[in-house]
Amino acid sequence: MVRFSFCGTELMALGQGALFWPARRALLVADLHFEKASWYARGGQMLPPYDSIATLADLTALVTACDATEVWCLGDSFHDRHGCERLPDRARDMLRALTGGTRWTWITGNHDAGFADHCGGTIVEEAEVDGLVLRHEADRHDPRPELSGHFHPRLYVTLRGRRIARRCFVASPSKLILPAFGALTGGLDAADPAIVRAAGRPAQALVPVADRLLRFPLAA
Amino acid sequence: MPGETAALPAPIADWFAAKGWAPRRHQLAMLDAARAGRDALLVAPTGAGKTLAGFLPSLVELIEAPVDTLHTLYVSPLKALAIDVQRNLLTPIEEMGVPIRVETRTGDTPSDRKARQRVKPPQILLTTPESLSLLLSYPDSAKLLGHLRTIVIDEVHAFATGKRGDLLGLCMARLTTLAPDMRRVALSATVADPDGYRGWLSSDGDIDAVALVEGEAGAEAEIAILLPQGRVPWSGHSGRYAAPQVMKQIEAHRTTLVFCNTRSLAELIFQDLWKENEQQLPIGIHHGSLSKEARRKVEGAMAEGRLRALVCTASLDLGVDWGDVDLVIQMGAPKGSSRLLQRIGRANHRLDEASRALLVPGNRFEYLEAQAALDAVDARELDPDIFRPGALDVLAQHIMGIACAGPFSEAALLAEVNRAAPYAALSAEVFGHVLHFIESGGYSLKAYDRFKRLTQDADGLWRVSHPRFLAQHRLNAGIIVEATMLNVRFRNGRSLGKVEEGFAAQLSTGDTFFFAGITCEVEKIDTEDLIVHASKKPARIPTYGGSRMPLSTSLADRVRGFLHDRSQWPRFPDDVRDWLEMQDRRSVLPRPGQLLVETFPREGRYYMVAYCFEGWNAQQSLGMLLTRRMETRGLQPIGFVASDYAVAVTSLKPVIDPVPLFSNDILQDEFVEWVQQSNLLKRAFREVAVIGGLVERQHPGKRKTGKQVTFSTDLIYDVLRRYEPDHLLLRAAWDDARARMTDVGRLANLLERAAGTMLHVDLERVSPLAVPVLVLIGRERVTHGGADDALLIEAEALAAEAMAD
Repeated sequence: MVRFSFCGTELMALGQGALFWPARRALLVADLHFEKASWYARGGQMLPPYDSIATLADLTALVTACDATEVWCLGDSFHDRHGCERLPDRARDMLRALTGGTRWTWITGNHDAGFADHCGGTIVEEAEVDGLVLRHEADRHDPRPELSGHFHPRLYVTLRGRRIARRCFVASPSKLILPAFGALTGGLDAADPAIVRAAGRPAQALVPVADRLLRFPLAA
Repeated sequence: MPGETAALPAPIADWFAAKGWAPRRHQLAMLDAARAGRDALLVAPTGAGKTLAGFLPSLVELIEAPVDTLHTLYVSPLKALAIDVQRNLLTPIEEMGVPIRVETRTGDTPSDRKARQRVKPPQILLTTPESLSLLLSYPDSAKLLGHLRTIVIDEVHAFATGKRGDLLGLCMARLTTLAPDMRRVALSATVADPDGYRGWLSSDGDIDAVALVEGEAGAEAEIAILLPQGRVPWSGHSGRYAAPQVMKQIEAHRTTLVFCNTRSLAELIFQDLWKENEQQLPIGIHHGSLSKEARRKVEGAMAEGRLRALVCTASLDLGVDWGDVDLVIQMGAPKGSSRLLQRIGRANHRLDEASRALLVPGNRFEYLEAQAALDAVDARELDPDIFRPGALDVLAQHIMGIACAGPFSEAALLAEVNRAAPYAALSAEVFGHVLHFIESGGYSLKAYDRFKRLTQDADGLWRVSHPRFLAQHRLNAGIIVEATMLNVRFRNGRSLGKVEEGFAAQLSTGDTFFFAGITCEVEKIDTEDLIVHASKKPARIPTYGGSRMPLSTSLADRVRGFLHDRSQWPRFPDDVRDWLEMQDRRSVLPRPGQLLVETFPREGRYYMVAYCFEGWNAQQSLGMLLTRRMETRGLQPIGFVASDYAVAVTSLKPVIDPVPLFSNDILQDEFVEWVQQSNLLKRAFREVAVIGGLVERQHPGKRKTGKQVTFSTDLIYDVLRRYEPDHLLLRAAWDDARARMTDVGRLANLLERAAGTMLHVDLERVSPLAVPVLVLIGRERVTHGGADDALLIEAEALAAEAMAD
């Protein structure tokens, strides 16, 4: 867990790809993509039906570890708007326990727009919290400080013949993009022009390791 | 003696007479087997008229009793080979003037022709295992194949023991159900154990039901070891130092094939030869990463006799018959006597003339190995092939294909599958797991009941639940799963070939590498393409593609014999003999069966070298395991290097007693932990997930650009391992990791006898035997748990330094 300052707000980047906001005891995650596997199963690719359970297990562990009382999901929480209806019973119980034990807010994304059943929590399109805008996809034209998801940024580094890929945050002076948290979510190169354009320049990839937050300039 | 039963019908007899030939003994023996209604395996060297021997019975039958249904299926591992045989078969048929129609069916055949073939079949159809499997997935295949009389499998030695062999075995079991009278015929190069192949070929596991026909042996090959100035270098494993001498040989021969063990090496040797090529002789390069067009062009030039030499890899181990080659040069050690013989067979396809070959060993161990290969060839000793149980991912693909053809009964299909040799021992329980896997993923959590791909009727028959799964299966079927590749091309669009994504990821604009015989400078990398232009800058070598072939057990035994048996030494060059004598004085030369382990200090570090002779794969695995165990015992290992002959580990503390490091339980503890943490299983999982039909194949040219890729099999693997570690596909991945990637069988044998046979010698300094091992390239460092983190931290510092004002 590494503290850093974003637009005057103290935040902590977690190695698992979540953000903790100590002043509010809030945990922020993006792109959970619950029931991605069953979405593919409908099309004949029978991916393991444990992705929601895996993601929820990780999330539950973080809420406990951080002692969070508030959780914000920054969109694409379900892989599609009917994802919630397909949750296995075990996942449903885990999710209800979480939404029942915290102030839980779902921000809608492009994948789950219009979802209805949500096992608790409040649904909003976006929010402004203590001066920070929370939304699914970064809005280049909004000058306010903003936290978002959507792009699944991933840092690729090659050193001494070894290639490392790691989920990362992407930060610019006024925008912070979170990595995807879901167990089956892939990633997009943080240096991809689409991400750098969305974040605005100068952009950096942030990677928490042990007690440090590594910063990699992104040129695109 | 073949009597009157072998009398040939007039068109064939006349054809032989017109050519001035007589049918060969084994060709008539194949005809006898056919007339007796027996399955047959023909084992014969290249150039023995094997192809004609395979087809002769079909031609005879089709002339004596013409049919207008599909009579003979010819299955070859190579598409190009099927096309080549079409040429070699069509010409005789045409010259005989008999009305027999022959067509090909491969992945390249247009779909309208495939459809027509199902309605109006030729009498002889040439195909590949994959295309046959697809053909069987069509409902009308039963009608098409119901009259089949013969299946002929060519080059069976090249693939029967692998996954493509599993698939073909299953297809044959199906064919026998559809056409119970079908005979099975296979053609093979000379192999160590023909009975293994007879068993594989047989329809009910009865070896004696398969007639064994052996071709006459060809003339003895003339093989020599090329030693420039009679010297063998200490290190290296490519024979690159001999480029000037190799060039002289090319100049002195009509056409030379220069075989290299890896694609990278082929690129290097090609560059080296061009530097020596003062006469500007036409020399080409051929390997599996080059574009199809580039390969076809080179093959065409060879066929027309326009090349004086071709630098190539295993991509030419099989394939088109080029006749005019009069010399084969093997760069580096041959690794196995069977492979060497098959390569030599590429030269001079006439049985009565000797094939000529030269071996160029890269170091002193390789010299011994080359000598061992020569002796093995003289003694006609070949490497044994290992037949393993059939892979479950292949079975899953096959069952889905059968389901696409029509409803099936579980018990009947199991009985049919059990008749395929690789699956003879498959239990009903495992078969049920595979069926459950195809139906809905095979998970214990019943989440996908609504999405089942297969459903069971009231009468118990299984059928595909929706037509879209038929199309999905046919699009994704296949056994070869390539790593994600990037096209290497010029800006004008001309394609040079492909490199693995992992290699491309290490490049950036302005970097240079050898490829397709030129130095390429990177202009741009995008999702699917690596845009390059030719450059004169010094270049690095891609580590793309092609696995490394380990030293065979029989050659390893011979090399061990050389170390101990001084009577052999006089025929070795002086420096090799001096090397062995010095080893004898300074340390020990192990007896065959003895495991020599040397320990010695050097420059503040401690070395342990174990001479296991178990091949590169097994020793690479052993290196990983030893360093893990040394780490837990506080010996502070730094790294290791493995070769085909030995593994050497470096540490900060000395190894006093190596015996406990080599104990057998290392395979339970460290091995499982290592394989699970390494990328081996993920790599294996990627393959079984595609073959088994869990995920769709990534079709080249259809990868998404910009948007994130749909999902990665690595993430699926992680989730599966966490929640269902006993899943069928994880078991299949383990089977692959054990057998192919780690050579765990050889490793287990080694560890089994280690304690009883170990001879530990503690030395004051490095031994002569250790030198060729220690100077090898390709060292592995010990990576500790947080190694990736450490690299990231270093990368950040570098980036900061580079960006500082």
